[in-house]
Amino acid sequence: MNNNDIELNQQLGKTVGNPLVDGIPRMSCQSVDVFYNQDLQAIFNVSVDLAKNQILAMIGPSGCGKSTLLRCLNRMNDTIDGCIVTGKIYLDNEDIYTSNIDPVLLRAKVGMVFQKPNPFPKSIYDNVAYGPRLHGLMTNNSELDDIVEESLTKAGLWKETKDRLNKPGTGLSGGQQQRLCIARTIAVKPEVILMDEPTSALDPIATATIEELMYELKSSYTIAVVTHSMQQAARISDRCAYFHLGRLVEVNDTNIVFTNPEHGLTENYITGRFG
Amino acid sequence: MNDLDFFIILLTSAVVVFFIGQAKARSRQESTSGIRLHSLPNYYGYLTALWTFLPALGVFLVWSLFESNIVSMLTIAKFTQLQQLSTDNLSLALNEIKILATTGIYYSNGDANINHQAAAVYSKYFNHSFNLKILVSTLLALLGFTYTYLRINPTMQARNSVERLIVYVLLICALIAILTTLGILFSVLFESVEFFSKVPITEFLFGTHWSPQIAIYEDQAGSSGSFGAVPLFWGTIFISIIAMMIAAPLGLIAAIFLSEYATSRVRATIKPILEILAGVPTVVYGFFAALTIGPLVRDFGYYLREVGVNLDIEILANLTVSTESSLAAGLVMGMMIVPFILSLSDDVISAVPDAMRDGSTALGATKSETVWKVIVPAALPGIVGGFLLAISRAIGETMIVLMAAGVAANLTANPMNSVTTITTQIVTLLTGDQEFDSVKTLAAFALGLGLFITTLILNIIALHVVRKYREQYE
Repeated sequence: MNNNDIELNQQLGKTVGNPLVDGIPRMSCQSVDVFYNQDLQAIFNVSVDLAKNQILAMIGPSGCGKSTLLRCLNRMNDTIDGCIVTGKIYLDNEDIYTSNIDPVLLRAKVGMVFQKPNPFPKSIYDNVAYGPRLHGLMTNNSELDDIVEESLTKAGLWKETKDRLNKPGTGLSGGQQQRLCIARTIAVKPEVILMDEPTSALDPIATATIEELMYELKSSYTIAVVTHSMQQAARISDRCAYFHLGRLVEVNDTNIVFTNPEHGLTENYITGRFG
Repeated sequence: MNDLDFFIILLTSAVVVFFIGQAKARSRQESTSGIRLHSLPNYYGYLTALWTFLPALGVFLVWSLFESNIVSMLTIAKFTQLQQLSTDNLSLALNEIKILATTGIYYSNGDANINHQAAAVYSKYFNHSFNLKILVSTLLALLGFTYTYLRINPTMQARNSVERLIVYVLLICALIAILTTLGILFSVLFESVEFFSKVPITEFLFGTHWSPQIAIYEDQAGSSGSFGAVPLFWGTIFISIIAMMIAAPLGLIAAIFLSEYATSRVRATIKPILEILAGVPTVVYGFFAALTIGPLVRDFGYYLREVGVNLDIEILANLTVSTESSLAAGLVMGMMIVPFILSLSDDVISAVPDAMRDGSTALGATKSETVWKVIVPAALPGIVGGFLLAISRAIGETMIVLMAAGVAANLTANPMNSVTTITTQIVTLLTGDQEFDSVKTLAAFALGLGLFITTLILNIIALHVVRKYREQYE
């Protein structure tokens, strides 16, 4: 360990702020470490809660591990060879990394929206109906129609697409595609929605639409969002977590993090001195 | 000196003038110190070499192409006796003259006196032509060299000029490939037209009896050939269908395993093995089919017949069984094209973006649900394109069918029976002792044309489907 690392460890130290929430959190990470291929540690001892019906924003410079942590929350990292997660992650007080949890069912409860809109090359209807069909959430076709309409309405896409449900989802604009992906996620009736930089591939107008949508969705769901835009984090989130080199440096209510950060690194980042 | 010698000399001089041009560029740079060369010295060398080599080679090749015809025409013009001959006899006599002129061997057809005289004239003209050709080419080479050499100075844009010349070289190479294909197509087309002037096209396309023998002497038994190609087209399609029924599911499922389930280590081992398998000559598959699978299929046929007799099932009891069967050929051909389909399907499945897999997984789909409901539908146009290319290969396959399915043109849906295909018939029609202008030989060209059109259409569809697939995402 060279001098830089020692200095950094002293700087990073323990998470400051307020990682835990009052009452029962929807999801909770406790002392989570993530390794890629044993020797490469991506996440160091992270503990943080996701409160019910709140948006947690995860910010930090590229490669700081925020996306890695997000992908641990619905075990998407299982699909990566050599990825090892230690520590505990709870969903409603149940450890999701024990053997009696089926990751396939977990992912239906903890949905995910990706950085780049990734609608399937199917019709808009089939994109939304994909999840409900997999999990048998309906007994007949009219129920499925209802689920599709409800999901598209919640995602703010129903008006634009109700006359073209049979057209391919890939034919929509970027912002519409991302809302379609959100509708697709909602259709499975998840409890938590994870969003990995959901607006970084979109223009400002589409971004504003998605942000409004996230604000509306939080009344029904718990949301964690990774973002590179500090303005976005400030606008939409209730709580904000700042990551640096795999450590959770600071987490607190968003207005505290942005107006009165405790840690020097956080302050440097949000004032734009680096990152 | 012959043509090859001259070509080698031309090539050698191109290498030599490369160094000359390069050296001059260097020395000019030194003598005009302070002025930088526009291009690297090599480019001046390339330019000199190209200008020396290309025009001379062009004239040389074009001259060689028409030389023989022009000399023949000049020779004929000298001899009124030759002019009086009919077209067929004239070409015979001309061949005679050419052979006599070049080898001195005489087969004593036609008028020996005239032919000997003509051969001497032909020889003389040919020598004149050759000398003139060498002279003109050499002059052009010298001219090209001098023209470039004198212009070499630091401001000359040699690099750009080389670039322009390279475009022409590429264009010519592309044209040669296209013209060769067109040449083959037209030679097949002309012979087919000849064939259809002797056998009605309706008989060829709709006739169900194929028996292409021609009388070698008059009043021979069975001398009237019949050229109904339907059994051949049917045999081709039938065997291809059997082959695809084996290869399509097997290849696709193996491709899914390789691209979605196998670890990178397994993949790295299996892929090269499959590529070797795809490179096995089809004749090897052919004797495997004829010696191993054929008898197995026959025994299975006998067993079915026995079952038919015992259980009193008329269709099975009357089954025609032979060692050469479309089933044996189809099975082995299927095995042959499995690696082909596997490789193409593997490519398109791997090309489906990971975002699709992630999206499906994040909705709570299992791996196999993701594969069958998202990945395969997304890759389907590409997979279908691969299938169509594989069908083209199956249709064009010859050796396996020749060895395993036989040459009997049966119009039957019984897979235990012997059938024959277009390619097999082309082989049997064109091998052995033939008169080259007989209907029997011409029939091969008509079959070739049919095959060409079929595979062309299939390839066009395949390309179209594959292109559509490329626009799928974004």
